Amino acid sequence: VSAAATAIAASCARCHDCGLLARLAPHAHEASCPRCGGALHLRKARSIERTWAFVIAAAICYLPANLFPVMTVTSLGKRQSDTIMSGVVYLLEHHMWPLALVIFVASVFVPLMKLAILVLLLVSTQRRSRWRPLDRTRMYRLTELIGRWSMVDIYVVTILVALVRLGNLATIEAGTGAVFFGAVVVLTIFAAESFDPRLIWDAAEAEQA
Amino acid sequence: VPIVACHDCDLLHELGRVPEGGTARCARCGGVLRKRTRDGLERTLALSLAAAILFVVANAFPFLSFEMKGSVTQTTVMTGVLDLWRGGKQEIAALVFVTIELAPVVQLLLLLYVLVPLRAGRIPWQLPHAFRLLRHATSWSMIEVFLIGIVVAITKLMGMATIVPGLALWSFALLMVVLSAAIAAFDPEAVWERAEAVT
Repeated sequence: VSAAATAIAASCARCHDCGLLARLAPHAHEASCPRCGGALHLRKARSIERTWAFVIAAAICYLPANLFPVMTVTSLGKRQSDTIMSGVVYLLEHHMWPLALVIFVASVFVPLMKLAILVLLLVSTQRRSRWRPLDRTRMYRLTELIGRWSMVDIYVVTILVALVRLGNLATIEAGTGAVFFGAVVVLTIFAAESFDPRLIWDAAEAEQA
Repeated sequence: VPIVACHDCDLLHELGRVPEGGTARCARCGGVLRKRTRDGLERTLALSLAAAILFVVANAFPFLSFEMKGSVTQTTVMTGVLDLWRGGKQEIAALVFVTIELAPVVQLLLLLYVLVPLRAGRIPWQLPHAFRLLRHATSWSMIEVFLIGIVVAITKLMGMATIVPGLALWSFALLMVVLSAAIAAFDPEAVWERAEAVT
């Protein structure tokens, strides 16, 4: 593949919204799509900085999300608060390991893996690395695909809160951890959206040129 | 031959007509250049209509009843959202409301808004805006994740009390299947082709 065969080399960009390939004015970095009016960027504006900002914010929220309880169960006068991990341990102790696995993967593994992948992509892109661009693009697609599945725990808490409200007999309340956890999910979705995978390939191109 | 760029790596391709049911992928990174579905617009329209009906049923009826020592509570999605809001967790209430109520409603309404007139040979007013909003609504609509949440919640409570699945639960399950099928059948490029054929 020659270095000239990309849209940017031809002063063109693919519309994010409708997919049309459109030519930009000379020296312009952005324009509106002639077909749908959507934004055309040769590359997403300040992609690296914006992605770092969201990743760092998500990493900061990740700590309180795991340290504070996600929910508190009050049953017959007894109060029990559970963090994400203690909830997983509780399920394991009660032999509900398929459930423990679902919560662990969705709430612990997926957000951590997403953050790790995004940091790897950011660092390698900033260093203009030529290391495995195809695999890095696949990793990026994976983060886009799996991010939404972290919402499972938020929905579980919502349903339990709505369902179990029997006054003194049993009530369930959402905890502060759930708020921070929701923030982690939303921030990592924004982070993945801010990153421009085309930057991965620009480094490889620059070397060939 | 029209030229397209890969969304993920920016490589240019000459892309001829993609056969129905076929997918064209980028030669360098494997990103999808174009996926042409069989009767995409008609199928998406039919599935969206079905999804809209299921969505109304899923929200109008309780999806779970919880029975413990003679006391019964029932819940719909909106009572869950309202309970969180009143309990001081407005952020979570808003997040759940957007991903389970607002985004799916906007997504279904826009699909119908775009596809019904196109089928009748007219171009919907403000098609480009509707189209862009549809893309955002689709990415924030998380019905399928909610269904997993329901399954987890039911399993968690099973030892504690009697859980009775309601009519809305089955509607949610069907809605997840139908809505996913509608999105899978949707071919954005076909919308523009149809719109150009009309003008």
